[in-house]
Amino acid sequence: MSDASNVTPEVDERIKTRSRFREALIRPELGGIVGTAVVFALFLLFAFDSGMFSSQGVLNWSQVSAQFMIIAVGACLLMIAGEFDLSVGSMIGFAGMIIAIFSVTLGWPVWMSIILTFALCIAIGALNGFIVVRTGLPSFIVTLAFLFILRGFTIYLPQTIERKTIIGGISDAAEGDWLAFLFGGTLFKGLFQWLGDQDIIETFTRGAREGQPVVDGIPMLIVWAIALVIFGHILLTKTKFGNWIFASGGDAEAARNSGVPVNRVKVLMFMFTAFCATVFATCQVMEFGSAGADRGLLKEFEAIIAVVIGGALLTGGYGSVIGAALGALIFGVVQQGLFFAGVESSLFRVFLGVILLAAVILNTYIRRMITGER
Amino acid sequence: MAEPIIRMENIEKHFGKVIALAGVSVDVLPGECHCLLGDNGAGKSTFIKIMSGVYTPTAGEIHFDGAPMNFDDPRDAIDAGIATVHQHLAMIPLMSVSRNFFMGNEPLKRIGPLKFFDHEKANKITMDEMRKMGISLRGPDQAVGTLSGGERQTVAIARAVYLGAKVLILDEPTSALGVRQTANVLATIDKVRKQGIAVVFITHNVRHAMAVGDRFTVLNRGQTFGTARRGEITADELQDMMAGGQELVELEGSLGGTV
Ligand SMILES: Nc1ncnc2c1ncn2[C@@H]1O[C@H](COP(=O)(O)OP(=O)(O)OP(=O)(O)O)[C@@H](O)[C@H]1O
Ligand SMILES: [Mg+2]
Repeated sequence: MSDASNVTPEVDERIKTRSRFREALIRPELGGIVGTAVVFALFLLFAFDSGMFSSQGVLNWSQVSAQFMIIAVGACLLMIAGEFDLSVGSMIGFAGMIIAIFSVTLGWPVWMSIILTFALCIAIGALNGFIVVRTGLPSFIVTLAFLFILRGFTIYLPQTIERKTIIGGISDAAEGDWLAFLFGGTLFKGLFQWLGDQDIIETFTRGAREGQPVVDGIPMLIVWAIALVIFGHILLTKTKFGNWIFASGGDAEAARNSGVPVNRVKVLMFMFTAFCATVFATCQVMEFGSAGADRGLLKEFEAIIAVVIGGALLTGGYGSVIGAALGALIFGVVQQGLFFAGVESSLFRVFLGVILLAAVILNTYIRRMITGER
Repeated sequence: MAEPIIRMENIEKHFGKVIALAGVSVDVLPGECHCLLGDNGAGKSTFIKIMSGVYTPTAGEIHFDGAPMNFDDPRDAIDAGIATVHQHLAMIPLMSVSRNFFMGNEPLKRIGPLKFFDHEKANKITMDEMRKMGISLRGPDQAVGTLSGGERQTVAIARAVYLGAKVLILDEPTSALGVRQTANVLATIDKVRKQGIAVVFITHNVRHAMAVGDRFTVLNRGQTFGTARRGEITADELQDMMAGGQELVELEGSLGGTV
């Protein structure tokens, strides 16, 4: 008897979870959620002892994922607004180099170099957008031109000024700079020390840093990634402007006829993408203490791949920032996880290709269910 | 007689070599339903797109509320109180009904210093307005792409009626509608007209025009035959003018008077 009474609620529960599951099914980010679950399951199963899930390992793939996330948020909103930016990777290299030239070569304060670089790069983003909306050319072509133009300058400038392609010495210049901390600093050091003292996370057992935790805090890079994802998600789903982003990418003419300032939306999204690329570049420059002419290579495609894994439609009008963030997480975990697991690194591309294909097929299926697309 | 809310004078519109409108004058009074009729390609849609700020006229003047007006952008016309249902609807299939309904006019709610899209309010109004038009939606977050053609048209009309403060422009709003929804739209036109809103109604159906129209303007190849008041013209005369006169008489004969 007691058995029977136990079974009934269990059945109820299952029905409920199933209906909730079905509800979850019709979300644009489902592909990203499933992908994330699969990837974590695989690595937990096959690479648990590889060090990937030690505090240092977690920090490692979190940082790589955070990098992808920062540019994926920009690429995601821009793609939903109906445009691409292929110049993101070049912009990363360019922004880093400009910071280095301002702060090291010219000797300006780092905070001023960073602010001016942001202004310059956002202006270039605006120019990208302006050309696209004014000429009606595909953004693919316009930003491809900027991919070459910016990369060209990124190589040319340090070569003519410093006779080399890497400018170092930024760490010294950034010492004690308040704005540099915002991109290269570490938060919650006290908390992590405490965690180390409590033996909750690993500590160094010898050497100069004996007793200090291996991971001494949360890098600002990760804080930026989380902040940008939250900002992008709220902007897209909870504001008037978000509705305009969807509308501009869904059908620019219909949006315009309904009073949406489509051109302004698109230009602003190009500027936001440039902003994200510059955040990426600044964090990277602060981490490495140098700027290199080859930084950011192919990042535009990695951003677009993360966004597409996250459920966005390449042709615009549909997508999710949370999905894009999950796409970036998958990207980072797979890349670093394979490294930890000691898998031949060329297999990363095979893995990535398979995930991309699977996610896109799943996403197309979900999207058709939601939107009645045929 | 009341002052026209909108007066279009000698409007011309050229698309490259094509002269879509060659000097059309129409005025619309508050509280009247002004029907625009004419053959395919006569220039009706082009004309109302100038009224709603989509196109700027090549020549001619627009007076709105007694003052000269230049609409540079649909936004200007919407802000002036002109709402339009375009022939091609201006709906975005990938977006939900309520997001479409309020596209460009999102209701906001304040949280602290920030303003957010008030989805609750938008959803509720959308459902209510659609119910008034005789369509019950599965939900306000249903994508417009999953609606039938007539349902989409109804959403567009409901949206314009909801937003149209002074002038409501309907470009063939009943072309995809069923009997009940058509009756609803005609009743809605009658209702908003009585509230003092000016309605511009484009249709190919003379019976629909006669049912609600106060004045009728027929366009033909970018020109107007002038405007007739209700009672001054019969349905048959309108029908003939719409087809450009002669030919329909012959056609009518061969079709046994069914057109
Ligand atoms: N954007 C454009 N570029 C070039 N020609 C155009 C454009 N828009 C309209 N035309 C031309 O102008 C003329 C009038 O078109 P319009 O759409 O106003 O006709 P209409 O009266 O609304 O017809 P219908 O009853 O079929 O909707 C047509 O000959 C059309 O080819
Ligand atoms: Mg037309």
